[in-house]
Amino acid sequence: MKRREPLTNTQLLMTIAIGIFFAMYLAAMVSLKGGFLRFQQIFDLLNDNAYLIIIACALTIVMIGGGINISVGGVIGLTVMACALALNDLQNQSGALGTMEAIGLALGIGLAFGVGQGFLISYLEIQPFIVTLAGMFLSRGLTTILSVNPVKVAHEGFLVVTKTKILLPHLGYIAQNGNQIPGKLEVGAVIALVVVAVLYLMLRFIRLGRNIYAIGGNQQSALMLGINVKRTRFLSYVISGLLSGLAGFVFLMHKPAGNASVAMRSEMDAIAASIIGGTLLTGGVGNVIGTFFGTMILATIQKIIALSPLNESWWQDMASGAMLGFFILLQSVVLSSRENRRARRKDMLKPQKE
Amino acid sequence: MSKKQKNGSRTGSPGQLMIPLVALGILILFNLFRDPSFFAIGIAVNNSGNSVLSGNLISIIDSASALAIISMGMTLVTAACGGQDISVGAVGAIAGSFFVKVLNRGSSITIGSVILGIIVCCLGTILFMLFNGTLVSVFRIQPMIATLILFSCGRSIAYWINGSATPQLISPIISAMGMTIPGIPIPTPIFAVILMGVLLYLVFKFTNLRLYTQSVGINEGAARLNGVNPVMIKLLSFVLLGVCVSVAAVIGVCRLGQLNHKTLLIDIEMDAILAVAIGGNNLGGGKFRIIGSVLGAYIIQMLTTTLYAMNVAPVNVKAYKAIVIIIIVVAGSPVIKAKISSLITRLKSRNESVAEKEVA
Repeated sequence: MKRREPLTNTQLLMTIAIGIFFAMYLAAMVSLKGGFLRFQQIFDLLNDNAYLIIIACALTIVMIGGGINISVGGVIGLTVMACALALNDLQNQSGALGTMEAIGLALGIGLAFGVGQGFLISYLEIQPFIVTLAGMFLSRGLTTILSVNPVKVAHEGFLVVTKTKILLPHLGYIAQNGNQIPGKLEVGAVIALVVVAVLYLMLRFIRLGRNIYAIGGNQQSALMLGINVKRTRFLSYVISGLLSGLAGFVFLMHKPAGNASVAMRSEMDAIAASIIGGTLLTGGVGNVIGTFFGTMILATIQKIIALSPLNESWWQDMASGAMLGFFILLQSVVLSSRENRRARRKDMLKPQKE
Repeated sequence: MSKKQKNGSRTGSPGQLMIPLVALGILILFNLFRDPSFFAIGIAVNNSGNSVLSGNLISIIDSASALAIISMGMTLVTAACGGQDISVGAVGAIAGSFFVKVLNRGSSITIGSVILGIIVCCLGTILFMLFNGTLVSVFRIQPMIATLILFSCGRSIAYWINGSATPQLISPIISAMGMTIPGIPIPTPIFAVILMGVLLYLVFKFTNLRLYTQSVGINEGAARLNGVNPVMIKLLSFVLLGVCVSVAAVIGVCRLGQLNHKTLLIDIEMDAILAVAIGGNNLGGGKFRIIGSVLGAYIIQMLTTTLYAMNVAPVNVKAYKAIVIIIIVVAGSPVIKAKISSLITRLKSRNESVAEKEVA
């Protein structure tokens, strides 16, 4: 009989996250019923958290490479504000055209932040936390310089795009008056799912993806294997910046209005989602599929609390804090017990002296 | 943090203070050229009729007090654990609510009840910090991740302890602690900074804590083999951070005379980490100088006050702050430092060769 390969740490942590997500969702279906029995609930979770899924993936890539990027929330805020203003300007000039310009602007802002931060971190060897903290300050400050007041998008062509929904008739439900209501999925959610799939394939099969794991796992060995450590780290930050810009555009599609406090503190949610999904801040371990389920776990907790009688913001914070603590402890215990077992096995395999 | 960074600038030597001192000097020079009256110190009469020192310098030193105190503790945690505590703002809100809870229990606020309040506040905060410390030291979780828990739910716990939105504290004792004591023209929070600084100085003077902390930060395994208990040292650094946070929280509460669990010490964790980094300390742990972090805190506050004096709107300050921070860290980055030092040696050798030729 062929002996099965043991799970790697990445796979183990991801499996735990997926298992807990399904257990939690089942518990919600049994105890809360209502919306949780419909597919639409999952679609709503995806629609509302599409931007969070994308920035959590952006963070996962950087964290696998052993870094951190806390500017993602700020870049979303800046992108949303800049795109909203640009769309309103275009409205007066050229009419329906403009959505493509907004996408270009969003990706451009993200790329600029990614390239700048990546250069400072990888080529000038400045600590990533400080550089991206400065990036966060810069993006939040630029947002308020653009406009202190909320800006609502009035561009009709763009509003049509935001209202476009993908209908899935088989996954809908039958309303009380007998009408068949199809499941509705927003374009942003589809973009988020595509991003997760592309990044999964990239991290698994493309050389750049494998190199990111290598530099996160052990920078010195990666260097000795002939990997261009600096360029790999630089590219990981560029990808992360681009994804934050894209997340900003997705956010604007979900809520077409710019505001100085858009996506405030979402970077911490994204970090939490990555950790719950099994990414380690030390680098070398992680997976975007796990991150996706990590985001869904956070979103489901919030939904459950919103529907339960404990619907107060401080209860929500405490519950997500407790959940995060549980996952962090679980990971630590699981990983250390595995290490101990492996060490013991090595001891047993050692030839006995005497 | 990567191993390479750890091996990098591990200098606890006076050279470490170069970056903060140069940054401070440039800020002072800039202000001198811009408007010399920036440094004017006058005497004004405040609302309660005391004559107090006034002026930009005093307000910088005064309003940076909480940040300076927290950055002292943050330096220790950074040095011992090689990571930062991002929950200090939220734990500060918890500390403030302990303080307010004790003071509002009695009928009136006396000096005795204030002292009791500070003690309870310290003990409660230390308890929460021990939670962080246990996760970091016993369970070996990255400090930033471990403190993310209290970061996300700390302010809710603060609300839960008090059970109301903004409890008030109205008493001359509180305003004396937050602003100035009648008859003394210097704001009281400045004395708190000096007190904490002297306390930490005495601790380092009469114990081996500095050596132990640095050895744990540089190589935990080696420290353990040499008889230092890394778990205890890390816990101790979190306990000291807890004391710092509770003092800062008391200052924050007394300054306003009320507790707002949503805004007390808001975003101070980011500024404190920044102060540690500007102070030339390695965020990957190891050798440290607390005076550098304190200087960093004053630099941050001076930068903010300068921007205000230049009529930059408060909401836009962050963008300019970010640009200055990037300039400071780029100037202090290992690559730039190495380039400059190699340039200097090359210039020197060229001068020497020129001198030799002239002699010949």
